[in-house]
Amino acid sequence: MKFLETLLNGLSAGSTYAMIALGYTMVYGIAKMLNFAHGDVIMVGGYTLFIASTMMGVSPLLALLFAIVFCALIGVTIEKLAYKPLRGASPLAVLITAIGMSKLLQSLAQIVFGSATQPVDLLDLGSVSIGSLNVSMYTVITLLCSAVIMISLSLFVKYTRTGRAMIAVSEDKSAAQLMGINVNFIITITFAIGSALAAFAGFFMVLKTFNVEPSMGAMPGIKAFTAAVIGGIGSIPGAMLGGILMGVVEAFAQTSPVMAPYTDAIEFSILIVILLVRPSGILGKKRREKV
Amino acid sequence: MALLEVNNLEVYYGVICALKGISFEVNEGEIVALIGANGAGKTTMMQSVVGLIPKKGGTVTFDGRDITKTPGHKIVNLGMTQVPEGRRIFQELTVYENLMMGAYTKNDKKQFNDDLERMFELFPRLKERRNQIAGTLSGGEQQMLAMSRALMSNPKLLMLDEPSMGLAPILVDQIFDIIKELHKAGTTILLVEQNANKALQIADRAYVLETGKITFSGTGKELATSDEVRKAYLGG
Repeated sequence: MKFLETLLNGLSAGSTYAMIALGYTMVYGIAKMLNFAHGDVIMVGGYTLFIASTMMGVSPLLALLFAIVFCALIGVTIEKLAYKPLRGASPLAVLITAIGMSKLLQSLAQIVFGSATQPVDLLDLGSVSIGSLNVSMYTVITLLCSAVIMISLSLFVKYTRTGRAMIAVSEDKSAAQLMGINVNFIITITFAIGSALAAFAGFFMVLKTFNVEPSMGAMPGIKAFTAAVIGGIGSIPGAMLGGILMGVVEAFAQTSPVMAPYTDAIEFSILIVILLVRPSGILGKKRREKV
Repeated sequence: MALLEVNNLEVYYGVICALKGISFEVNEGEIVALIGANGAGKTTMMQSVVGLIPKKGGTVTFDGRDITKTPGHKIVNLGMTQVPEGRRIFQELTVYENLMMGAYTKNDKKQFNDDLERMFELFPRLKERRNQIAGTLSGGEQQMLAMSRALMSNPKLLMLDEPSMGLAPILVDQIFDIIKELHKAGTTILLVEQNANKALQIADRAYVLETGKITFSGTGKELATSDEVRKAYLGG
């Protein structure tokens, strides 16, 4: 039973990582850049929940909706202001800009809300028991929501016109343009979706801890980025798999008194091991030229 | 009036001048070939005409409309499309999905189905491989897919960039037969080729591009029999 509980906890933590990792991987796939401000969009989502729930007192679902919309707007704005002017610039310039954007968001949050942790009044959902299995409702909700989101996203990419255009752009921007695909529009959509997923991740995190602080997105962001690379950056199923793997390893490491202090180290060493065996990640593809 | 008119087109890569003011035209119903050695600027010309790389100077007019500053993704709807060098099909998508991308800007379901049928008649191999992931096709099949993907938009002008590159001779013949067929069916064609022999055989008119400049032009026959062109491009 203990094993099952840990597994479920790991899966729910992993789904949160997967939500974030999807943002990294989709943006990388489409815009070929690492958006290091992505983790801080989670924080923006967290503070939106704080304003909506604690300060305005709206229902948790409405607060989530606010967070999704606001994060999507922030994501798209960041892209337009900071990254779009650098299209075609050296990757290093883009990378530094993204790190700068991350710092900017964190500092803004500090100026506006202070650096202290703030409480968020979301419902404490308690837990459910099935037989001797005791699972928190937070775990159940996170798992169910993430499953629905991941399935919808996969279907969206595979079966809609815009989704296929995203695959086309991620493979070959010029060829996609020849087909009449507006690459800028697809990049905007991608940032909006990725940031909306970050809002969900922020919601799951707040549902667990009931508080927010300016650097709350930094560590989950880095772990989710690691997860995206483990799964194969650019690959959507890869991000899901990498995120889940990360969460499960984390949950099991934390239950062992010996390993618990080294949880982060263990998680990051998975990256090293995977990259030694498969340099492009578990589901990452190496593209071959065919003559 | 010419269908495509390129006037004094200049393209730079940084400080390097890749096209030094080239001018040419393609009239409706023609096959026009642009031949030249590796590095002459053929692909640069193709990409800049359809707005994939920026132009430094000059104008491009298509079908009476100035498209010099039109962004790349708006070109296909005007009736001009390109089969890019190296085919550039979407490897992760199926054959069918690639063809759907070719008709990305079209909304007419019936037209789509008719066009699909036409492509499958023209390239029966693609019909057999309809649901196969495009990256697993052979080189020849990929070229056929790239051509039919472009044709799904029903272009007035089809631009082909090195369609014979890397293909076995028998496939090259096949591709050229198809180009002739498309032309007979009313498509105007601009063909860029290193295989000058083949290109001049089917071209109404041709231009020779040398390090960013057009050095010769004339009918396909004239160029094929010109001493200079023969020496430089047709192996004596």
